[in-house]
Amino acid sequence: MKEDPGYYDYWPYENRPKITWPNGAKVAFWVAPNIEFYELNPPDNPFRKPWPQPSPALPGYTSRDWGNRVGHTRQMKLLEKYGIRGSISLSTALCDHHPEIIEQCKERDWEFFSHGIYNTRYTYGMTESQEREMIKDSIETIYKHTGQKCAGYLAPALSHSENTLDLFAEVGSELFGDEAGFYSCDLFHDDQPTPINLRNGKRFVSIPYSLEMNDTIAYLVQKITPRRYGQELKDNFDRLYTEGADSGTIMCIPTHNYQVSNAHRIKAYEEALEYITGHSDVWVTTGKEIAQYFLDNYYEFAQADIQQKNSNYGNVKR
Amino acid sequence: MGTLNDEYLKYPERSYGMDHDRYEWSMLQDRKPISWPNKKKVALWINVGLQFFPLNQKGIPFKVPGGMTKPYPDLRHYSLRDYGNRVGIYRFLKAFDRYNIKPTFAVNTRLAERYPYLIDKIKERGDEIMCHGFDMDALHYGGQNIHEENELIKRSLDGLRKLTGQEINGWISPAKNESENTPDILKANDIEYFCDWVNDDMPYQFKTNNGLLTAMPLPTELDDHFIILNNLHAAEDWADQVEDALDFMLQESTTQGGRVLGLNIHPWVLGQPHRIQYLERVLERFSKNEAVWSTSPNEIIHHWKQDL
Repeated sequence: MKEDPGYYDYWPYENRPKITWPNGAKVAFWVAPNIEFYELNPPDNPFRKPWPQPSPALPGYTSRDWGNRVGHTRQMKLLEKYGIRGSISLSTALCDHHPEIIEQCKERDWEFFSHGIYNTRYTYGMTESQEREMIKDSIETIYKHTGQKCAGYLAPALSHSENTLDLFAEVGSELFGDEAGFYSCDLFHDDQPTPINLRNGKRFVSIPYSLEMNDTIAYLVQKITPRRYGQELKDNFDRLYTEGADSGTIMCIPTHNYQVSNAHRIKAYEEALEYITGHSDVWVTTGKEIAQYFLDNYYEFAQADIQQKNSNYGNVKR
Repeated sequence: MGTLNDEYLKYPERSYGMDHDRYEWSMLQDRKPISWPNKKKVALWINVGLQFFPLNQKGIPFKVPGGMTKPYPDLRHYSLRDYGNRVGIYRFLKAFDRYNIKPTFAVNTRLAERYPYLIDKIKERGDEIMCHGFDMDALHYGGQNIHEENELIKRSLDGLRKLTGQEINGWISPAKNESENTPDILKANDIEYFCDWVNDDMPYQFKTNNGLLTAMPLPTELDDHFIILNNLHAAEDWADQVEDALDFMLQESTTQGGRVLGLNIHPWVLGQPHRIQYLERVLERFSKNEAVWSTSPNEIIHHWKQDL
């Protein structure tokens, strides 16, 4: 085990090269609906129990199923109303189970990225070759069902190994060259994109996917009220919008259809979306488009600045 | 690491529909719209849990949410739950009558045995009663012995039917938890609807070995116990959430047909003197809205089946 994952260098949030998003936008805003399948009777994993009760664990399973049966369409219509294309963090087995959902999202030109096979199959305990096979299966499944070359990754249930980001980037390249496997949502160290150091040196970027704005963290961990959640979304946006005048920032709302689409919660979410998209200098976009834009325009500047600061100040080097 | 065998990367249920055969995969918005009687938009089902939490809780295979948490004898939780059946419920009944709202009662059979006065009162009112299992410590769970569960369900239903004189065709398991056999056993014991699967906002058909059950939507997420004692929100915040849910369902019903708003509440939670006003606030709101139909699960199912 390592004391530091080694993916990125220390890079202070001041005096960085200025980022300007398309059309002079200050904030790149994206919404990442997790569209997940949880199994009723998943196999045991020695490192993490999928459900607190013996199978059938109805409280957790049925609430997730509600998200697909009821919640998905509600959120999709809402995002459509505000001109937002979702960037889907996808349990890729859902392509087999619920192709209707995949079709609806395809019709709306949403992005699909890999969130593993099922959200009840964890990376913990996998060998490198097993994890590689799982990631490959997920990227191939997305391609087969949507025609998209998967650009991004969020490990299933945020379960990682030391190799996760390397394997995702490598499998992406094996299948589709530089067109796939070039960004990750797994790291929470910044409000701007950052270059990620990988073992094969591939140009790869971390895109902020806020855990703090994640509805499941807000509702299940922090247990805040829907109206408070709506206010926190607006507060988060206000600060990033102000700071984005100095250098472009990213705001992400990661959601789950089984949380945010509940009848008693969706109104607060809608108010926040209306507020955010009502501002002029917002780039309403997808995770992949942000990553691609950064790679095309700022990746080298960022790398040069990081290296310069490493040598000037003696930050921990890799 | 490297401790998983290759079976972990095999997915035997990875195919169209669900990973079990209890019901068909179906998205709510693809279904035929339902109309409620008298052009009502939202069927309101207020479900009141009347529960007995034994002091000598066994907690097999887990401690029921709301149950005893301290070493025996956990008098604080025992007596605070009992407060609901002695005091809170009478505040509830007054409030329902004041705003002309029809409640449904989900009753533990042990509670009915212990407090005949309360059960007589509810029988006189004529409200619908469903069985909420034997008591709050009699859990249904995966791996439970089928003979034991058969006997438990039969004992719960026979007892409650005798004590109430009602046919009792509805069920909610303690903690909404089940074994793999629970729906089959319920249907064999003449249950027609149950409320344990919180995966829809409308009724749907659920397959058992003995015929179809109707699964009824009673969301845990709006439950007073869940919002106030699990999420630690104030009762006023509970009322805000209920009103937001009502507003949303009224709006959704204009394009997608009738909706069901199921509210699961407990006299030991909202029946407290500092909380009852928030129940009254939402009841008043319901009573003033012409589009709200205050009703019971059997009535909802009756009309839902006409439109199927």
